[in-house]
Formats: sequence, C-alpha cells, structure tokens
Amino acid sequence: MSSRDGGMTFLSRGFVGRRDARRDAGRLPPGQYDVGDGFPVLSAGPTPRTAPEDWDFTVTGEVDGPVRLTWQEFQELPREDVTVDIHCVTKWSKFGTTWSGVALDTLLGLVDTSAEHLLAYCDGGYTTNLALEDVADGRAWVVDRFDGRPLEPEHGGPARLLVPELYFWKSAKWVRGLYLSGTEEPGFWETLGYHLRGDPWLEQRYAGD
Amino acid sequence: MTVESRRLDGNAAAGRLADVFAFDATVARTRCGGCGTTAPLGAHHVYADAPGMVVRCLVCEAVVLRIVRTPGHTWLDMSGTAALDIPDGDPS
Ligand SMILES: [Zn+2]
Repeated sequence: MSSRDGGMTFLSRGFVGRRDARRDAGRLPPGQYDVGDGFPVLSAGPTPRTAPEDWDFTVTGEVDGPVRLTWQEFQELPREDVTVDIHCVTKWSKFGTTWSGVALDTLLGLVDTSAEHLLAYCDGGYTTNLALEDVADGRAWVVDRFDGRPLEPEHGGPARLLVPELYFWKSAKWVRGLYLSGTEEPGFWETLGYHLRGDPWLEQRYAGD
Repeated sequence: MTVESRRLDGNAAAGRLADVFAFDATVARTRCGGCGTTAPLGAHHVYADAPGMVVRCLVCEAVVLRIVRTPGHTWLDMSGTAALDIPDGDPS
C-alpha cells in the first residue's frame, strides 16, 4: 500500500514536472531564458526617488485638453490587477509577475486625440515610444504595486509602465507622462540601435530585425 | 569653388575618425553638454547593465555618451558631449 502510494506520487510528480517544463517552454519567446525567482535590475542611470506629493502624471501633445493628475487623483482611478510574463531584451524572461495599476485605456480615455503614437517620458530623462494600437484594449498599464506591495524605486516606483507584450525596455520605469503624436518619435534605446516596436515573439530586438 | 562642390561624402572622414578614435578614450577630457564640467571620460559614471552602455556626467548625471553593440553594428551617441579634448599619445 505504502509502496504503491509512493510509486504513484513519484510518477505523478514526474509527469507534472515534464508538463510544466513543456508549458514553460511554450511561454518562452525565441532566444529567451527563464530567470526563475530572480528579477534583474537594469539601470541606465541613477535611481530617481520622487515623493508622492511631488509626483504627477500628464497626458499631453496632440490632444484636446491636456490632463495632469496628482498622485491622489491617480489613486482614485479604476484599478486593475494583472498577472503577466515579462521579457527583457537582454534575454531573461520572468513568468507570472503580479502588478496593480491603471490601464492605459483609462488614462488615454481622459483626452480626445487622433494621435497614433505616444512617447512615454520619465524621471531621469528616459523615454520610449509606443504605437497606440500596442497599448490599447487592456495591453498596457501604469502600475504602482508589484507582488502586493508598493513598487520599489529600483523597479520603477512610484509608478512604471507595464507593456508585457513588448520587450521590457518599453515598460518604462519612473514614468511621469505620455506625449501623444501623429508621428513616431523614437525613444532612448530606439534611437540607438534598438527596434522601434520590440515584439519578443517576433524577436524584434534591434533596428532592422 | 562653391561650398557644395567641395563637400565630400562621409567616407572621406573615415581615415580621420580612425585616427581620432585610436586613443585611450578614458583619458580624453569631455565637456558635459548639460553643466559644462570638464573631466576625463574615465572619471564619469558608467551604467553598463542596461541594454547599452551609458556614460553620465560625474557632477550632474546628464548623459555624456551612449554606446550600443548590436549584431554587426556599433551605435555611438555623443550628443551630450559639448567637446572632447584628446591628448596626443606617448610617442615612445
Ligand atoms: Zn554635467
């Protein structure tokens, strides 16, 4: 009895293990590896530390009536919890990360625009460009909580972009606003050899990929 | 002779650029485009774990220089460098 239970457990565990490995392989875009529990911090500069009372979020550019939100006003917007896989262009991927924040649909819904592109701008001077169609319909958020806790400055707190369908450099840390435009203006890495769009499943790492 | 007729294409600068960059870049002095601080490149702050290498002013943290290696290419942005002072190499 006990030996049969032991055998069953062993078989069952092995079977589940193989299934997980296969499923995870299917979750991994080409050229990526699973970083597991790690969460690497890649920085192009010093970490800004903006206090909530000094923080605001603006939606400007080619819009009818630009919008400025204080931290408190941002907190009062409808909030969503999301669990997503993220993929860094430096080849690590992390599965099942949990975040909480405000959908870009909600933030862009505050303005009238016919723009097709946006440039996200951040404390520290970082920028990244995104096509509006890549951030619409529940595919991008401004998040201020990770893993149930306030987002740490090293990971982009008080708030960062989350655009999980594109390489993680698009998920700009310390985001402070969106500049909407009819033309595509390349951001910090996009002006220096990185792909304008950055779809990990198409392995759009570099200009020309 | 007009300015236009004397204008050369970029290839004409290749030899000169190779001369210019055949130095120890860390001893070349740059003037920060942000605050004007002049310092050897080697004294600036380098952030190397990002998708590229970012050199920032040791005083104001403005970007002085960025380098990205992609397959078959090196991308160099020096728009944050107001001037570059390159000492002559040791002739010995
Ligand atoms: Zn400076």
